[in-house]
Amino acid sequence: MVPVDYYIALSAILFTIGTLGVLSRRNPLIIFMSIELMLNAANLAFVAFASVYQTFSGQIFVFFVIAVAAAEVAVGLALIVEIFKTRKNINIDEMNSLKG
Amino acid sequence: MAPPVNYTDLYTILPYIILTVWACLLLLVDAFLIPKSSKGITAFLAALGLAISLGYSVTQVGIQSTGFAGMVTLDGFSTFANILLLASGLFGVALAYGYTKRMGIERGEYYTLMLFSVTGMMLMAQASDLIIVFLALELLSIPLYVLSALARKLDSEESGVKYFLLGAFASGFVVYGTALIFGATGSTHLISIFAQAASGMTSNLLLTIGAALLLVGFGFKVAAVPFHMWTPDVYQGAPTSVTAFMAAGAKIAGFVALFRVFATAFPAIAPDMTAILWAISALTMIIGNIVAISQTNIKRMLAYSAIAHAGYILMAFVPYGNEAVMPIAIAAGLFYLVAYAVSNFGSWGVVIALEKAEGKGLELDDYAGLAKKYPALAIAMTIFMLSLIGFPPTLGMVGKFYLFRSAIAGGFSGLALIGLITSLISAYYYLRVVVNMYMKEGDPEIEREPWLGFTTAVTAIVTVVVSFVPQFLFLLASTAVLR
Repeated sequence: MVPVDYYIALSAILFTIGTLGVLSRRNPLIIFMSIELMLNAANLAFVAFASVYQTFSGQIFVFFVIAVAAAEVAVGLALIVEIFKTRKNINIDEMNSLKG
Repeated sequence: MAPPVNYTDLYTILPYIILTVWACLLLLVDAFLIPKSSKGITAFLAALGLAISLGYSVTQVGIQSTGFAGMVTLDGFSTFANILLLASGLFGVALAYGYTKRMGIERGEYYTLMLFSVTGMMLMAQASDLIIVFLALELLSIPLYVLSALARKLDSEESGVKYFLLGAFASGFVVYGTALIFGATGSTHLISIFAQAASGMTSNLLLTIGAALLLVGFGFKVAAVPFHMWTPDVYQGAPTSVTAFMAAGAKIAGFVALFRVFATAFPAIAPDMTAILWAISALTMIIGNIVAISQTNIKRMLAYSAIAHAGYILMAFVPYGNEAVMPIAIAAGLFYLVAYAVSNFGSWGVVIALEKAEGKGLELDDYAGLAKKYPALAIAMTIFMLSLIGFPPTLGMVGKFYLFRSAIAGGFSGLALIGLITSLISAYYYLRVVVNMYMKEGDPEIEREPWLGFTTAVTAIVTVVVSFVPQFLFLLASTAVLR
């Protein structure tokens, strides 16, 4: 059996990749994918820890996270589609009409 | 076997249930029964729902209970926060009523989304399990993303997308922080986390990292430096009535959840957390106030002012690990949240009165000559500005006094000194608005809307009058502390 530490390490790596992706990418869709990566890294950690403690609560948390992530996708994609309709472009470097 | 849900469970979150059911029904009623031309009815129905929920919340004063296997708590703290949040919702509806009509963004879903957001905020105040904290955080945030983008113009959509991306980023931190805390203690329940951490059997490193990640998430919500980048853009781009609502509501909800989670679950790692909170608080006060000086747009200026105020509230909470100071710190924080919410709605109300279509009328120069033409409005704005500086005789001054007292009682005089100096700096940009209104020539036009005038008048009166009798409010806040 694979030791739990490996799962935790993998989730930490995934979370870091997600964070770096959010900070370095310029396309909102890719940023959004990176955020999903962060959430799923957390899910992996939850499941791994739940198997350590032999409790269900960690796994149940994962279901909530998945449901919330789906809700976020619905709203987020709608917003991105809406802004694409207005300006035919979704690069966030060009989202600079607000400045001061 | 006991039934899965009993009366106590439901009673614990009664105001929340009322508002949720009301919001769901309102969504249907608005879609099928209310004609497009009279969406004002939806506003009144939304206000009615908030008022009913507020009424039930008031009847819960002094009652303590827990429900749903300890997932939610009803205590003085949550009731105080619920009342404040529901009142904020009412002010938010009052400000939106005329503004949305005038700006051509009057839609029924505006009010429904606001109600859902308020339910999320109330759940934040009652949550005593990190699962509920996370769900409540999303429930309050997702409607706010939509509301920010509701005007469907470039600025508004841009602010919606920015708020969404950074808000989702922040919730990623909250979830991962919760995962690490779960890993350290084997539970997501605040009291079990406390018990585990106090037993000394846990990995403090994992717990500290988890708590720090949670703090990042809350820091985003309350707009604390260095997690404040979204604030000016979102506050500027969103419709002003939405800005007013989220500046107060999201901040109150973020802080009450922060208070409860940290005070209940993390006293064991207070020394590490105190150092982090100290740095965030100091940076927030300094950067918020200094950047505000260079702003020429009133919405951006108030956004930086909102950032700075997050720093002041955090200042009181820095010594939270100190048993003797913690109750004063939380009472001071709650008191200041009231003071901030009142002055905040008032000043945004004045901004709404002067705003014209296409984002005109939002520069500081547009306030020139306001005192000559509309003296009452100018006096109200002066009161709000003085309150935000912390100048007597206003609620803001009393609130700041309590915050400083808590920081000094906790032995953080240096931080209090930073707060004092930055308050002096803030006088420059707040008073610039007053100088513009009274000493410059100009010909501003305002919109006369009854509910807007009502909100501005009520908040101005409360700001001044309560500052003479602050003890009763502070007493309420003190009895509301966690325990």
